[in-house]
Amino acid sequence: MSDQLIIAGRSFNSRLLVGTGKFSSNAAMVDAMERSGSDIVTVALRRVDVDNPADDMLSHIDRNRYLLLPNTSGARNAEEAVRLARLARAAGCEPWIKLEVTPDPYYLLPDPIETLKAAEILVKEGFYVLPYINADPVLAKHLQEAGTVTVMPLGAPIGSNKGVRTREQIAIIIQQAIVPVVVDAGLGAPSHAAEAMEMGADAVLVNTALAVARDPGAMAEAFKKGVEAGREAYLAGLGEQRDTAEASSPLTGFLRN
Amino acid sequence: MNVTVNGEMHKIEDGTDLAQLLKQMELNADCVAVECNLDVVEREAFSSTPLSEGDTLEIVSFVGGG
Repeated sequence: MSDQLIIAGRSFNSRLLVGTGKFSSNAAMVDAMERSGSDIVTVALRRVDVDNPADDMLSHIDRNRYLLLPNTSGARNAEEAVRLARLARAAGCEPWIKLEVTPDPYYLLPDPIETLKAAEILVKEGFYVLPYINADPVLAKHLQEAGTVTVMPLGAPIGSNKGVRTREQIAIIIQQAIVPVVVDAGLGAPSHAAEAMEMGADAVLVNTALAVARDPGAMAEAFKKGVEAGREAYLAGLGEQRDTAEASSPLTGFLRN
Repeated sequence: MNVTVNGEMHKIEDGTDLAQLLKQMELNADCVAVECNLDVVEREAFSSTPLSEGDTLEIVSFVGGG
């Protein structure tokens, strides 16, 4: 029986979503994407530098292989996020949008109120909305009621590489979710990704950890294995944690004098 | 006439349409998305969108991001 990731009725083989930011080159980015085994890659939208238009990075991404998931990074409020989503769709993307509203540049924490506002508008306009949020179970419920196709709680601030620092809250979100939960942001190591998957997350999204690695392609492979290991462990049924010891061999029949 | 593109003022000839403007700026219409006065302009409508004095344009393209 296949264990595919299903978002908005669409199936994906990989539970590792990857971002395309911060790579030292397009070649490094493509290498990481390919070796991650990912099916979904995120991109951002920025003003063209009219004096110095850059190379079209999309030309390096095989649209038949990957679902392009544009994000609304840079948006400081709902209005800017909605404008970015509409621009992404006009640029030829399928109407999938990673909703990201981060007014504070130091911690890049998502604004819950503006995110919910934007989500409601975008869902009504026919977008498949994947909202990036702090690990707030109440907010997650509101967004699901508004019709988002996932919730994407952060493990730690974007690019911090700190791992799953919001564990208890994410556990609640996973328990209560009626859509896939994608742990997104702050994952710095494959063990972090495995931890999220062991908790029952449906997928994870990783960007910085790959881009800043000494060998992004190798790191992408390591993350692929981490996600698979975590998922398999979750499905295999992890043992409970306990405070006292429980022997692995019988407590009778010991060799004695 | 004057139009604002990505926050900067540009002087263009009267009667220029959006497709022509992109061409003049050496931008590939297939690689950008455009907003005119806060409304998205569909790609098919670039050549049928005349520009007016004071129009504010945002021209964006895809970059890497998480």
